[in-house]
Amino acid sequence: MPRLIASLGLAAGILASTSAWAVEISISCSALGKEYEICKQGVDAWAKRTGNTVKIVSTPNSATERLALYQQLLAAGASDIDVFQIDVVWTGILADHLMDLTAKGQADIDDHLPAMVETSRVNGKLMAMPWFADAGLLYYRQDLLDKYKRPVPQTWADLTETARMIQDGERKDGRGDFWGYVWQGRAYEGLTTNALEWVASFGGGAIVDDKGEITIENPKATEALKAAAGWVGTITPEGVLNYTEEESRGVFQAGNAAFMRNWPYAWALAQGADSTIKGKVGIAPLPKGGADGRHAGTLGGQLLAVSKYSKNADAATDLVLYLTSQQEQKRRAVEGSFNPTIVALYSDADIARANPFIGDLVDVFTNAVARPATVTGQNYNKVSTEFFNAVHQVLSKRAEPAQALNRLDRDLKRIKRDGWK
Amino acid sequence: MTSAVAQGDVPVPRRVRGRRSSLTRSRVRAAWLFIAPSLIILALIAGWPLARTIWFSFTDADLNNLSDYEFIGFENYLANYDGEWLGLLTDPDWWRSVWNTVWFTLVSVSIETVLGIVVALILNAAFPGRGLMRAIILIPWAIPTVVSARMWNWMLHDQFGVINDMLLRLGLIAAPITWTANPDTALWTVVMVDVWKTTPFMALLILAALQMLPGDIYEAARVDGVHPVRVFFRVTLPLIRPALIVAIVFRALDALRVFDLIYVLTANSRDTMSMSVYARQQLVDFQEVGLGSAASTLIFLIIALLVVITLAAGRVRLGEDPR
Amino acid sequence: MKVLSRIGFWLLVIAIGLFALFPFYYAIVSSFRSGAELFSVAYLPERFDLSNYAAVFDRQPFGRNILNSIIVAGAVVAVSLGLGITAAYAFGRIAFRGRALLLMTILAVSMFPQVAVLSGMFELIHSLGLYNTLPGLILANLMLTLPFTIWVLTTFMRELPKEIEEAAFVDGATPWIVVRRVFLPLMAPAAVTTGLLAFIVSWNEFLFALTFTLTNERRTVPPAIALMTGSTAYELPWGTIMAASVIVTLPIIALVLVFQRKIVAGLTAGAVKG
Repeated sequence: MPRLIASLGLAAGILASTSAWAVEISISCSALGKEYEICKQGVDAWAKRTGNTVKIVSTPNSATERLALYQQLLAAGASDIDVFQIDVVWTGILADHLMDLTAKGQADIDDHLPAMVETSRVNGKLMAMPWFADAGLLYYRQDLLDKYKRPVPQTWADLTETARMIQDGERKDGRGDFWGYVWQGRAYEGLTTNALEWVASFGGGAIVDDKGEITIENPKATEALKAAAGWVGTITPEGVLNYTEEESRGVFQAGNAAFMRNWPYAWALAQGADSTIKGKVGIAPLPKGGADGRHAGTLGGQLLAVSKYSKNADAATDLVLYLTSQQEQKRRAVEGSFNPTIVALYSDADIARANPFIGDLVDVFTNAVARPATVTGQNYNKVSTEFFNAVHQVLSKRAEPAQALNRLDRDLKRIKRDGWK
Repeated sequence: MTSAVAQGDVPVPRRVRGRRSSLTRSRVRAAWLFIAPSLIILALIAGWPLARTIWFSFTDADLNNLSDYEFIGFENYLANYDGEWLGLLTDPDWWRSVWNTVWFTLVSVSIETVLGIVVALILNAAFPGRGLMRAIILIPWAIPTVVSARMWNWMLHDQFGVINDMLLRLGLIAAPITWTANPDTALWTVVMVDVWKTTPFMALLILAALQMLPGDIYEAARVDGVHPVRVFFRVTLPLIRPALIVAIVFRALDALRVFDLIYVLTANSRDTMSMSVYARQQLVDFQEVGLGSAASTLIFLIIALLVVITLAAGRVRLGEDPR
Repeated sequence: MKVLSRIGFWLLVIAIGLFALFPFYYAIVSSFRSGAELFSVAYLPERFDLSNYAAVFDRQPFGRNILNSIIVAGAVVAVSLGLGITAAYAFGRIAFRGRALLLMTILAVSMFPQVAVLSGMFELIHSLGLYNTLPGLILANLMLTLPFTIWVLTTFMRELPKEIEEAAFVDGATPWIVVRRVFLPLMAPAAVTTGLLAFIVSWNEFLFALTFTLTNERRTVPPAIALMTGSTAYELPWGTIMAASVIVTLPIIALVLVFQRKIVAGLTAGAVKG
């Protein structure tokens, strides 16, 4: 209660001291914990500079629920949220409700990672500003690699072999529930990101190419899915077919897996004070498909966009530009280890001192593979759903890779019919 | 008490009506007065959203722009493009979700009914700690589904879940079961969690019905030395039948619309998708308001049909007079 | 034989109690643990660590969320029962034309999936100016509880013997007085049960509560719990969520313990009239 009175007093003070132009902007950045704190510090700094006030609205943690809530608000033309934090694959879906930021954002946009910029654009117009980046990484147990004298795997074949070797060895030592490799296999967006990494690393493309052609039915993609299906039940527990990020981290952080595919967030937790594997973990780019393959982590991350229905669009745009600026991204990288989207920051000395691993990630981000969200636009969710369902069928051994991809190709063509909307 | 009572809306003989007409008329007026507030509230909060859903099912509306749509008749349900049949009725995923839902409802509601009766009979018996037991029974129903479904997900984890650990320790299984990941066990797992969660609902309604029963019937049966099992089937069950049917109908209504439990446990997997999950996927994930509304309308029709069948099979007369 | 059946009875009681209680017990155990411990199995709490409980109240206005839930669920029950009992009297005790059709119409409200009415309901609530308010939530939740309340109470109402109200009517009582003086006491067990079930339905409601509220101060418990996050996007603060679940289940248990006496009281009242 005292806090409420204090903040009311503060708000009144600001209203009195600044001009009548002061407005209240509401932003939906992450709900709680450290992410909230970091976001709050950022918006408070902007509020202090401009004399406006900012209200942080907490939205669901689960991406699908958050998107549903945004769509509900925007479809009704509600002005309750001015600034939306959106996932990189939502730009196309929400574009009709977002302000065109091209005029104001164009000046700085070339400083950002090209892949992130790509996800912010729809039909050449800049509909959002990149805020922070994410990409799939390989986590490995350094202590176990040392114990079995193996290098960090460079190809999926290496990983399979090493994982099997460590798994067999550990099980012989009486750890019956030890596994080689865990990842995310549930029928949800996370499986799309995982499977896209396999396909892209084998050189099998990104489901749909830049021109909108459906490319998924190809021998490389078949090979990639065959390899992944081979892990299930051998080096990967069958339960992975219903794992999300946290279930796989659970297995890895309890010390029961040699390798894990996950996002950068798991790093701080795996190295946390109460972690059983503290100091024994390393990160690397995900393996290549083969000698001629490439390292491919699926690009994730968040953008900031302004609602078309905002009553204070100018102030909201200003807030977005402030939060995505170099200075603010640097602060977020140092204090919250959020991966910046501005390329120059990856060689920044202060960031390197505070979070050494961020510097290692620049290659991962520049090589990251983007999901075909921009080109498929409003249809992205349908494409992704067909894709992860087809992959799930293969992984649970109810379809052969070639046959599943053939069917997927047909289904995607039906969705496309006369071009993506 | 029984013979003179008119059944249903059959008109009362003129002579009787004449004698009672003023009383009857004032009672009918009172009846409408009593019902009016409920009807007004329901019309207000449910009328518009429901009518809107049905209307949208005949349009090509899109969540992205709800004000701009065209009337397309039955095309969301069934349409023919260049000799290829399209639409909801030709979608194998839809029929799969219908089958999943009906199977889920039949199995879970049957188990819940039997278990609910058993629990209600136990709670109706006098034993020390009965009050506490009533509270314990209600706990599963009292934990929000969004939380309890996640809780089960955690407990059913194949590697660090407590359920597998327990079964392994007891020697009931040799290797951990992948409860929710394996398509063969996933739907059964959902049924198990649903039984855990909603049996209290059944039990409590049946308990209330049991407690409304006049006690002297049991007294008479006991004096006559009738076996308790016989008493249950001959006396208790027929007497609680109306309440039981209503409980089953509402339980089935919820089961046929099951959403959050399946959504949290197995997400959008086609193997366990229910009709509501399908409708949500169309409405929200795919933004196809037209198609999603058509699915919702079909769900409504399917449920209405099943309810009518249940009510008929349970010989529930809606217009029946008090005994 | 008698001993055997007693033992069987108690075994059944214990089995049912365990089945119902174990997940809740496991939630309590988990709520005392943190970090990597949560990824292993424990049957007994290792220590009595309340930090998760402190975190629940520390990071969000959880007390306010509980109060909101109580207000919403309480109002929903009061309105549902008030309207339900009068409507049930009309449906259950008075013969009038169109009764069956009306009952079916009311039931039909419960036949649409919640997600299908969500968008229309959102527009309605928004246009009434009730977005992000508790009355808006109360109104929305009535759609879930009212049909159920009317139906169950009608069924019970119909089961009561016909003579009950006749004497009162002969004395010239109005229908309103009959409902209040004669039926209300007789309906106590059914009303308490229905009210309890409706309370829990509203207490657990998630989708409406998530969609029709925006700020933390207006949220009810289920979205508040669902919105709890760890320090980063993917982390699930399991211990805190379990602590919150334990906290919100306690009021319900208290409620049942209080009202279960009423259920017993109703038994004797109902038995008087044979």
